[in-house]
Amino acid sequence: MTDAPVMTATHLARHYAVGGGLFSKPQTLRAVQDVDFELYAGKTLAVVGESGCGKSTLARMVTMIEEPTSGTLTLDGNAVTPDQWASLRQSVQIVFQDPYGSLNPRQRIGQILMEPLVINRPDLSKSEKEDRARQMLNMVGLRPEHFDRYPHMFSGGQRQRIAIARALMLDPKVLVLDEPVSALDLSIQSSVLNLLTDLQERLGLAYLFISHDLSVVRHVADDVIVMYLGRAVEKGSKEDVFQNPSHPYTQALLSATPVADPEHHKERIKLTGELPSPLNVPAGCAFAPRCWKATDKCRAERPELMGEAHQAACFYA
Amino acid sequence: MSLLRIRNLSVEFSTSTGMFRAVDSVDQDVANGEILAIVGESGSGKSVSMLALMGLLPWTAKVTADELSFDGHDLLNMSGRERRRIIGKDLAMIFQEPMSSLNPCFTVGWQIKEALRKHLGMDRAARHKRAIELFEQVGIPAPEKRLSSFPHQLSGGMNQRVMIAMAIACKPKLLIADEPTTALDVTIQAQILDLLTSLREDSGMGLVLITHDMGVVAETAHRVSVQYAGQKIEERPVRDLFRAPHHPYSDALLRALPERATEKRLPTIPGVVPGQFDRPAGCLFSPRCQFANDHCRTVSPAPFGADLGYARCHYPLNTDRRIAS
Repeated sequence: MTDAPVMTATHLARHYAVGGGLFSKPQTLRAVQDVDFELYAGKTLAVVGESGCGKSTLARMVTMIEEPTSGTLTLDGNAVTPDQWASLRQSVQIVFQDPYGSLNPRQRIGQILMEPLVINRPDLSKSEKEDRARQMLNMVGLRPEHFDRYPHMFSGGQRQRIAIARALMLDPKVLVLDEPVSALDLSIQSSVLNLLTDLQERLGLAYLFISHDLSVVRHVADDVIVMYLGRAVEKGSKEDVFQNPSHPYTQALLSATPVADPEHHKERIKLTGELPSPLNVPAGCAFAPRCWKATDKCRAERPELMGEAHQAACFYA
Repeated sequence: MSLLRIRNLSVEFSTSTGMFRAVDSVDQDVANGEILAIVGESGSGKSVSMLALMGLLPWTAKVTADELSFDGHDLLNMSGRERRRIIGKDLAMIFQEPMSSLNPCFTVGWQIKEALRKHLGMDRAARHKRAIELFEQVGIPAPEKRLSSFPHQLSGGMNQRVMIAMAIACKPKLLIADEPTTALDVTIQAQILDLLTSLREDSGMGLVLITHDMGVVAETAHRVSVQYAGQKIEERPVRDLFRAPHHPYSDALLRALPERATEKRLPTIPGVVPGQFDRPAGCLFSPRCQFANDHCRTVSPAPFGADLGYARCHYPLNTDRRIAS
């Protein structure tokens, strides 16, 4: 494993213009603002947060589906710019949440797996493509006879394996996993997580693991970013963030997560109020209206991420 | 006397390829003020058994039971008119997908007031007052304004809270919540679960919580019923189940939890839940069970008594009676 990061993001931001008609100006929706992270080979970075915090927008920027409004993204030391997207996209692949919606029901599994090769590796002969697809099928734990079947013949867990296999066909360096197990049953979830662990070890992949399930994140992650309304509020290693959460939002999130142990009793931090609309982010700290520690300083001034390895954006952390 | 009493409930669906048994001789009791959790994977029949109770299954379903009674009413041989007087009033249900369960053509205020008008016969002003009260109770901000919103104008979490407000509008004696928090964020989920447990404390309402989230079960339920492929395979007080499950399936399910893992590789359950065509003879879990022997594969186990958690297994785990297989 090398020490240089596979992918670096600095001050990544994505804004959308929404609304706006003939007479009204469009408003700016700041979906992601000022996010920094580094992905290393063989390591998993988890992004957690509630719906609307910008996790998926971040995934879309990393996979080069959308161009960042500002900030830079580098892959292997080279800047990622839209003119190079076509070639760089091969190194960054994504697995989506819904294994039912992300496979074409009219294609056989073999075709699904060979399609990335057909598009990107026209130099390969047909039999070579088929060989690679069959090898991949074996690698994700499916049987050779599955090659000629259609997606509807598979269960959710098997479909997710197919989606993972398809993402790996072009030997990517970075795999973005957007809630890969949240649509699966518990007994299937564990085997897909095991598969992801095995593949990471064998292929040295860097994972960007997006999830809202903290018990899964705690199991798979090496480093964690907690996001709230488009900004990172806490960053650090898994141990730091889970055992010693310093941002009040992280503390609230951890205390709200149910623990599968009836004898475990904890003080639950109750958050009041709603997630503010991302169109109308409060001045100062975005979490201040729901925070029990908030003071006038929080409402006036926005805290930056502070700290060395374990960072939190809070004045009172 | 228990509030809800189900004995030997089976539900079969006639499909184009024959009968499919979704619920297989399930017994269940719920007492006043009790929280029962029903857990199981998708396809284990946990929603179907409760829909059968509510009389909400399509005509293709054949419901048979020895007894299906709620609060002294026999739900099995009840006319539609009588049933509608109880359902939505004393027996209410929260459905899984709020977006598709609410009527998109009417405001949420209209929909919640309909229940109050039909069941309680309140006048217009009283309905309005009660609706606002309910919205406040479930934590909907600016309730007066929200009453005139349509479902598509509200977020999923907000719609789920509207569904809950509708279900508790007539102070039901028993509330069936089918995955009430699956679509919600954890902080909202915590709010909703607190609300449901506090309702139980205030009004002595019974609660049936259908879920697949073991964390939610551990934190809210009193008693847990584990279902697998349409059968109830174990039923225990929540602490006992989490400490020492008797059925190998409950045991495997608990082991598969990432938070209980001790190493990087999680224990898994091989195989999938049997469907219509690969239903095994004998114990339904035997193809996936690590303890199964020939006896399991041929003879279907009958449930044990209450002391062994009604476990449907020939060789229950964590007992001193366990026979070496």
